[in-house]
Amino acid sequence: MNKLSACSSMACGISLQPKMVLASLRVRKQGNGRCTNVPRNVNLEKLQNNYLFPEISKRELQHLEKYPNAKVISLGIGDTTEPIPEQISLSMANYAHALSTADGYRGYGAEQGNQALRKAIAETFYKDVAIKDTEVFVSDGSQCDISRLQLLLGSKVTIAVQDPSFPGYIDSSVIIGQAGDFQDKTGKYQNIEYMQLGPQNNFFPDLTVTPRTDIIFFCSPNNPTGHAATRKQLQQLVEFARDNGSIIIFDSAYAAYISDDSPKSIFEIPGAKEVAIEISSFSKFAGFTGVRLGWTVVPEELLFSGGFPVIHDFNRIVCTCFNGASNIAQAGGLACLSPEGFQAICAVIDYYKENAKILVDTFASLGLEVYGGVNAPYVWVHFPGSKSWNIFAEILEKTHIITVPGSGFGPGGAEYIRISAFGKRKHIIEASWRLEKLFSKGKPLFNFLK
Amino acid sequence: MSLMNNLSTSMISSSSSTFLAPTSFNSSRTQSVSVPLKSINIVKCVATPQEQQNAYKTKVSRNANIAKLQAGYLFPEVARRRAAHLLKYPNAQVISLGIGDTTEPIPDVITSAMAKRSHALSTLEGYSGYGAEQGEKALRAALASTFYRNLGIEDDDIFVSDGAKCDISRLQVVFGSNVTMAVQDPSYPAYVDSSVIMGQTGQFQKDVEKYGNIEYMRCTPENGFFPDLSKVARTDIIFFCSPNNPTGAAATREQLTRLVKFAKDNGSIIVYDSAYAMYMSDDNPRSIFEIPGAKEVAIETASFSKYAGFTGVRLGWTVIPKQLLFSDGFPVAKDFNRIVCTCFNGASNIAQAGGLACLSPEGLEAMQEVIGFYKENTKIIVETFNSLGFKVYGGKNAPYVWVHFPGRNSWDVFSEILEKTHIVTTPGSGFGPGGEGFIRVSAFGHRENVLEACRRFKQLYN
Repeated sequence: MNKLSACSSMACGISLQPKMVLASLRVRKQGNGRCTNVPRNVNLEKLQNNYLFPEISKRELQHLEKYPNAKVISLGIGDTTEPIPEQISLSMANYAHALSTADGYRGYGAEQGNQALRKAIAETFYKDVAIKDTEVFVSDGSQCDISRLQLLLGSKVTIAVQDPSFPGYIDSSVIIGQAGDFQDKTGKYQNIEYMQLGPQNNFFPDLTVTPRTDIIFFCSPNNPTGHAATRKQLQQLVEFARDNGSIIIFDSAYAAYISDDSPKSIFEIPGAKEVAIEISSFSKFAGFTGVRLGWTVVPEELLFSGGFPVIHDFNRIVCTCFNGASNIAQAGGLACLSPEGFQAICAVIDYYKENAKILVDTFASLGLEVYGGVNAPYVWVHFPGSKSWNIFAEILEKTHIITVPGSGFGPGGAEYIRISAFGKRKHIIEASWRLEKLFSKGKPLFNFLK
Repeated sequence: MSLMNNLSTSMISSSSSTFLAPTSFNSSRTQSVSVPLKSINIVKCVATPQEQQNAYKTKVSRNANIAKLQAGYLFPEVARRRAAHLLKYPNAQVISLGIGDTTEPIPDVITSAMAKRSHALSTLEGYSGYGAEQGEKALRAALASTFYRNLGIEDDDIFVSDGAKCDISRLQVVFGSNVTMAVQDPSYPAYVDSSVIMGQTGQFQKDVEKYGNIEYMRCTPENGFFPDLSKVARTDIIFFCSPNNPTGAAATREQLTRLVKFAKDNGSIIVYDSAYAMYMSDDNPRSIFEIPGAKEVAIETASFSKYAGFTGVRLGWTVIPKQLLFSDGFPVAKDFNRIVCTCFNGASNIAQAGGLACLSPEGLEAMQEVIGFYKENTKIIVETFNSLGFKVYGGKNAPYVWVHFPGRNSWDVFSEILEKTHIVTTPGSGFGPGGEGFIRVSAFGHRENVLEACRRFKQLYN
């Protein structure tokens, strides 16, 4: 697995070098012959660990080295496993072939994305909420868009995140210089507002006790908890943002997994266009985790405090720091949004949702507290009083199953484990069986938890 | 079928890529400005929104760094001008020698590999999800052995990306706002613009057309397009592109040795842009790492864009040697890896399959052929301007021709050429104040368009 071997070549990110506070010295001493005289970016020094998912990969690799014959099942990193429907890959193959012809060759595309694809995205996902194709920016994926949005916003804005949340929001915030120092005691960055989510508040933050921040990252259906915010909850969120003059960055990467009538887009909420940006992705929708395609919607109505349209600056970032998503991937995206393509994709999503159901049922039948898995491909299991990295390690050691420890998503995840539902059905079933053996009454781990 | 039509434009030009900037910015809220303000040599081509008294505004302040940017990024500006021109002359046969966009089809051996990978994604055995953020192992190995053999660069020093422009911004994110930088003047605008966005610079100073806190290293015919390093102030980072965009100049071994020494003496880091290395005709270094000691002071970025016609496919790479350390001894590659893992998620696997095919013997041969074609275009353009009595630079080691129009405003010359010959070029001042008085003519295009363009140049300037 390329991913694993790449990670093994990079040592753990914890620096063994003495920390030197260099600030913004204007006078620099000469280099000592071995090092340059360029100070390390203090923001990167603030990051506590490696990014979460390469860390999980590293653990998987170490485990495989320890047990070379183990049949490891990966329910950790949310990586899609099912082949892309044929008509979609055929489109991409045809597009690739066409690049060898005089008529079919294309060079630079519009940085904002191919016009037909922008239109198709607007019509497929935002038809009833009047988002224009010109407000849709095609990208190479949400992780990249999140960082481009941070570049757009700059270091002087404050952010709020759900706790737990996808680590890309916090890490990109630290990198751009918004986050302040990490506080070991709380496990939080000083300047970031962590909006706690839990069963006690139905996985929706109590906004009455949430201070104002400029930006609010909000993912629904949620990674890692799996909770999809209700219309009422999102109305509250939009009102909150409006009252505070904040901007919501709404991550709808898992909208296609919604089973009930929870909103699939923030723009279903009236007034959202003046307070929200929405990011989304073909990754979990179409199995494009390696193909790389996503989009961001920035409504024209969204204005900075001086009246300047946010879309204008985002366009500038996209034109300067990016050069468009791969045209072949975009051709694939267009095929995904054709009637046949969309139908084929929905079948794959149903497959993963069935996986999620199996996992939810497994944990529920064991009497464990299980959340999510209905509107998202993630199952969120609570082990009260535990430390999630310990549970992660126990599960890995005893069942050869990779999961993700909840604390990787923030202090709010400390007692939880995230199990992703991507995988071959037979592996999901096998994993369920192993977990049943591990957690049923009388087994050491069960007692360990008690 | 309809897919192809949807993805094409119907404009007659050497470049058929869709590049139109969204025109919705010309909404009721904005006023579109597209006339250059001649008196102060500044071109304001960006739409300027008016305050909306009644519209809801958030309380989020605009990023002051982005506010420092003077106009749109250069190439969308050129595209805008082109679009406006076509509106004015709908029947004009516009020829694009402006944006350096490749025009020739990608060789079969490469696209077949990409098609094959696409098909494989629909199979059980061939499906792959997330790839390593640093790039697929085989491709990293092929890049190392193709471009850096015997230079002590290892596979894992190489980070595959979706292109040099994106890598430049990721490098800026690594460096942060508290570093100073130097650029050649003129230079590829992404270095300066990304620096402004990152907060490394002061305000734009209209009188000198420079951003505060950036060291502009003037490159002119007088200094052979290599800066006088004795006059260059120390900066943390030095962006250096060779063969150069836009001047076409290729630094010699001797010059690069001086540059490396300069960086070593100052404890600086060179970001060496080698995107045009394969266009080199002369016996100049193709990689900075050919210079002894460079591994301790340099990063190199490169791209498949201009080699394989991958401008739309999106594939490039950045090399960061293990020996490159920050002042506290921390390896730069480690921080870059962190950025790559957090702010990026790998280049498209299909593009990477194409890249691997590019580096097969057959692929390399095919790329050389296409590069040779563009180099022949460059030769034709150089000869044309020479014959018209112009001072012409570049064109030998790069697909760009740098033509001197002494005493003239380059946007004026750009407009004149566009108006009189329907040829799009790029005004030199778009690359920095050192580009004033020059026009960059790019050599990408179908042969017949290049020949036709030269005919028109001869008509205009005879």
